[in-house]
Amino acid sequence: MFAYYVELGLRSLKRNPVLTALMVFGIALGIAASMTTLTVMHLMGSDPIPWKSDKLHYVQLDNWSAEQPYSDDGRPPDQITYRDAVALMQAAKADRQAAMFKLSLPVQPENPELKPFQALGRVTHADFFAMFEPPFAHGGPWNRDQDAGHARVVVLGKDINEKLFGGQNSVGRTVRMDGVDYTVVGVLKDWKLRTRYYDLTNGAFAEPDEFYLPFTTAIDLKQRSSGNNSCWKSSDDGWDAYLESDCVWIQMWVELDSPARLAEYKSFLDDYVSEQKKLGRFPRPLNNRLLDVTEWMRDQKVVSRDVEVQTGLGFAFLAVCLVNTIGLLLAKFTRKSGEIGLRRALGASRRNVFTQFLIESGVVGLSGGLLGLLLTVLGLIAVRALYADYKSVAQLDWSMVATTIALAIVSALLAGLYPTWRACQVAPAAQLKTQ
Amino acid sequence: MLQMKHLSKVYRTHMVETHALRDFSIHVHDGEFVAVTGPSGSGKTTFLNIAGLLEEFSGGEYWLDGVDVRGMGDDARSRLRNEKIGFIFQSFNLIPDLNLFDNVDVPLRYRGFAAAERRKRIEEALARVGLASRMKHYPSELSGGQQQRAAIARALAGSPRLLLADEPTGNLDSLMARGVMELLEDINRQGTTIIMVTHDPELAARAQRNVHIIDGQVTDFDAEPRLRVPTRDDRAALAAV
Repeated sequence: MFAYYVELGLRSLKRNPVLTALMVFGIALGIAASMTTLTVMHLMGSDPIPWKSDKLHYVQLDNWSAEQPYSDDGRPPDQITYRDAVALMQAAKADRQAAMFKLSLPVQPENPELKPFQALGRVTHADFFAMFEPPFAHGGPWNRDQDAGHARVVVLGKDINEKLFGGQNSVGRTVRMDGVDYTVVGVLKDWKLRTRYYDLTNGAFAEPDEFYLPFTTAIDLKQRSSGNNSCWKSSDDGWDAYLESDCVWIQMWVELDSPARLAEYKSFLDDYVSEQKKLGRFPRPLNNRLLDVTEWMRDQKVVSRDVEVQTGLGFAFLAVCLVNTIGLLLAKFTRKSGEIGLRRALGASRRNVFTQFLIESGVVGLSGGLLGLLLTVLGLIAVRALYADYKSVAQLDWSMVATTIALAIVSALLAGLYPTWRACQVAPAAQLKTQ
Repeated sequence: MLQMKHLSKVYRTHMVETHALRDFSIHVHDGEFVAVTGPSGSGKTTFLNIAGLLEEFSGGEYWLDGVDVRGMGDDARSRLRNEKIGFIFQSFNLIPDLNLFDNVDVPLRYRGFAAAERRKRIEEALARVGLASRMKHYPSELSGGQQQRAAIARALAGSPRLLLADEPTGNLDSLMARGVMELLEDINRQGTTIIMVTHDPELAARAQRNVHIIDGQVTDFDAEPRLRVPTRDDRAALAAV
């Protein structure tokens, strides 16, 4: 009977093309508005590395002033000092660990036809690559020995390798940045990150890094971070004083393979800070945090309040469209009272009538969903055009395609419930006499 | 086939109570052709609707083909209606955007027959009413008489035991009305019980028994079946003898 009801639904759509178009277009508009905003919100907030997001933890230590907290809600600073980063790296208590900061360097290409340009990269440790798993096209990451040896090596992103070497395997070749030559050890494929979750302090939706340098090497070369830098007290002038200061400018991640290891590391951090207190640092009460990837994304409000409000408005618009659809379905089904009475006389039970008209509503929903999908794609194109930052998250994935269709059908079924219930109340005898 | 005992039907609003049928008793036997007559508002259509399980009754008993229909749920009533009863309406009540094949198919769908069985029954029913060549035609492409024949085919396709006809010739000219009437008589001769509401005394006279209803009560009911007015087929058969 299901196929029969679908066939009847399709016939019914054809019978009143104007009414049908109004309903389908109404649902499509509501679906497009809600799904465009929901897609952006969903992808912004989705887990970027679900297979290990609970193992990667962002390190926060509260080294802030005794007089004034870092934030009113008691959160510790979102970066750590150089000296703490070095101490934690040297302690090596986690399964993997990487400190990092953002760096902008001038690149001087070998090719005389290319002009020098500024590139944004990342200074980090060898474990970064094993922790965050960027895909390599050629070569691989440097190793811990090269970290310790302050090696002048570099991993290039896909785009900069394209620019400097025409996309060829450039492993073993040299790249000159800020007057220093670095040997290429690896070249990444296109690393499609919706959110650059490993460095949310410098913009969750920033472009991918163009190069990666060893932390120790960059410090040797006195390269200052191009990212955020916060201090709660002034420090002496000079590079060494800066490194010794309580300014926070380093992000640090650790990989901990089990809850037990997490507890151990938390205990280690507390011990470390307690020791530092004895040296006159960390004047505030213990306030260390180890947030995993999704917790850190929530903490940093990757999905902003604005996006949540927009999504709410999108769904409110869908609700308005559904109310409109209820009215149109009511009108449509009322006009079919005669047919309903006849079908009841010919043996259809109320249940049959209910199923038939609910499926007809579902057919309207499916049509609205398909059109809504198309409008959603157009909406996301518009979002990408208007907000460059959202380029990576204004994309429709398969789960959202399925959600769009399902939402359209469920919405139409909900909208169809009342008109369908009314259709079932048709008294067949009265309709047959008045036909 | 159909037995009603002391049946009543009361329509209630917050202001008034209307007794459409009161102490209504009737017994129609298998294979009979019964004409129901009476003035407008006398309760003929209410009787037909209750007989066809389209309306509930307020009191009394109703047995249809040996089944007590009191207190039956909607699903059971619908199934019984689908299996036992065929309807023929004054205004044909064909679904305009279905062709004849699909119109006749409607009750068979609810019966749950397989596709092949449905096709066989539809083709046989349409052939029986002389519309085999019009299966793909839509109701708007047919004359009134042909539409009523299609409606009869729809009523017959499920092989009902009882055919309920409400003014089946009311919207037809006399020539078409005669054709439809002869078709009903033919169907009755093959064993289907027919109850027909009519205002037309001439048509009523062709039925085996007449029931006259006034103010919701049976005022006159032929105790025994009587000879029918000979049909054209009967006359032809007699002439052949």
